[in-house]
Amino acid sequence: MDLHALTPYTPRSRPARWLERRLPIVGLVHSSFIAYPTPRNLNYWWTFGGILTFMLAVQIVTGVVLAMHYVPDATLAFDSVESIMRDVNYGWLIRYIHSNGASMFFIAVYIHMFRGLYYGSYKEPREVLWILGVILFLLMVATAFLGYVLPWGQMSFWAATVITNLFSAIPVIGEPITTWLWGGFSVDSPTLNRFFSLHYLLPFMIAGVVVLHIWALHVPGNNNPLGIQVKSRQDVLPFHPYYTSKDGFGLALFILLFAWFVFYQPNYLAHPDNYIPADPLQTPAHIVPEWYFLPFYAILRAIPDKLGGVIAFGGAIAVLFFVPWLDTSKVRSARFRPLYRQFFWILVATCIGLGYLGSQAPEGGYLLASRILTAYYFAHFLIIMPLLGFIEKPKPLPTSISQPVLTPGAAAAQAPPGAH
Amino acid sequence: MEETKTAEPSRRDFLYVATVSVGAIGVALVAWPLIHQMNPDAAALALATTEVDISGIEPGMAVTVKWRGKPVFIRNRTDAEIAEARAVPLADLKDRDARNANLDGGADATDENRASGPDGRFLVMVGVCTHLGCVPLGEAGNFGGWFCPCHGSHYDTAGRIRTGPAPQNLEIPVLDFSDSMLRIG
Repeated sequence: MDLHALTPYTPRSRPARWLERRLPIVGLVHSSFIAYPTPRNLNYWWTFGGILTFMLAVQIVTGVVLAMHYVPDATLAFDSVESIMRDVNYGWLIRYIHSNGASMFFIAVYIHMFRGLYYGSYKEPREVLWILGVILFLLMVATAFLGYVLPWGQMSFWAATVITNLFSAIPVIGEPITTWLWGGFSVDSPTLNRFFSLHYLLPFMIAGVVVLHIWALHVPGNNNPLGIQVKSRQDVLPFHPYYTSKDGFGLALFILLFAWFVFYQPNYLAHPDNYIPADPLQTPAHIVPEWYFLPFYAILRAIPDKLGGVIAFGGAIAVLFFVPWLDTSKVRSARFRPLYRQFFWILVATCIGLGYLGSQAPEGGYLLASRILTAYYFAHFLIIMPLLGFIEKPKPLPTSISQPVLTPGAAAAQAPPGAH
Repeated sequence: MEETKTAEPSRRDFLYVATVSVGAIGVALVAWPLIHQMNPDAAALALATTEVDISGIEPGMAVTVKWRGKPVFIRNRTDAEIAEARAVPLADLKDRDARNANLDGGADATDENRASGPDGRFLVMVGVCTHLGCVPLGEAGNFGGWFCPCHGSHYDTAGRIRTGPAPQNLEIPVLDFSDSMLRIG
């Protein structure tokens, strides 16, 4: 059955036919976002893809506007951000949307990633889709870091110093690379200026990879909470209006939370030290990254060796690239995997625990706990995931997506051959 | 299209290799300026030295000056601090290299090889933690020297790493003492 022929686009007017013969863009949009056959059982965890696309648009629009007022110079940057907050018309609103938008973006991406891990969305035939997702996450991490440096407060400056110094851990070429990144002998104006340039560039690269991500999604089609393949016309619904409305409702709830942060707690997720102008001669007593980097920061500090810490820090993200091959189970959804389901929630707790430990001083019990959780994080992917496929006995899978919905307890009514 | 099998490389093979070679060299020639532009520019390189008047720095006092955008600690150490640093056996050190740009590489990290100025009272070093670049706090930590608040590295009264994640002793830049003036860099 050709699913993409669900209800193909047929241009009705003369101009529409004229355009479609020359550039079939309306047909592409129609088959991708209107007639696109979507499993009928997607739950609200599936609305975060659309939410992430929305957040990317929000960040690009507010970012382009902020760039009209921001000055990427070490002596002027901090004051220009303050002038955005005080002098520019609605500058406070636009900046708070942009700064809280970064946090909301990460809330959505973490839910989206854990959704993929729970329902096995990375498994055959969606490996490339997953890898593109990890690339998107890496680009997001880089963009968020570069953007956090721009206000040139104390946290900005020291975040830039600590993160660029990670490269100095590389043997032999580490020091020249760090100097090259800085454009000087320390983090200074040249560093800020290039970070601004790259912070403006990366979101457009993200947008490009998002197109590839959606393309790689639309070839095999969506995974679903049951993790089984779409088998018949009865298993799917057209994307519009069913999922445009479901995504729209999820997005509305998400915007409510976003607006609460922007209007009632605009600095709750930020750090007060970043309202102190950058001082290269004094490091704040307690430096921490933004909340969304805390688990990775805890992993960096857990290793009592500079190069080892940097390798673990990079490895924590790099291991995600191999998840499609580390998971040896053929069953996708954790609903039918009694053991994986428990280990999944232990992993969630571990990541939250690492996040908490990343915000604490690296000493005593906190340091010990972050070492244990770091070891567990890697063990989950490198030991538990590969082994579970062999020892776990999955529950029986339903025969089709529509079966439990349309005829509970009975065999699914298959669509007649040739039906669309 | 029919392939002609000959032992000699054909005219087409030659043109193919030549075109790709010229193309690759061209890409490399354009790439280098685009990469090298990010290295420190002439203005950054021109700020390579700093001069400080150290006559007012009494024993137990420390000043911090800026050199190449980084803090440099200049400390006139107390007798107790000097004695403490000299009493440390080399075997107790995590990094046994002096990390002193005024000495040949590989010099031992004894206090004599790290101290500077008249009678080795002074300790002048770049105040940047060798772990991830934070500025350590003075007269702090388990060894009475410096303590980095970021990730918990402890340095002794000769600026040598003793415990924590930092791999190296605090770096000593090229120094030149003349009377009461100190030139760094």
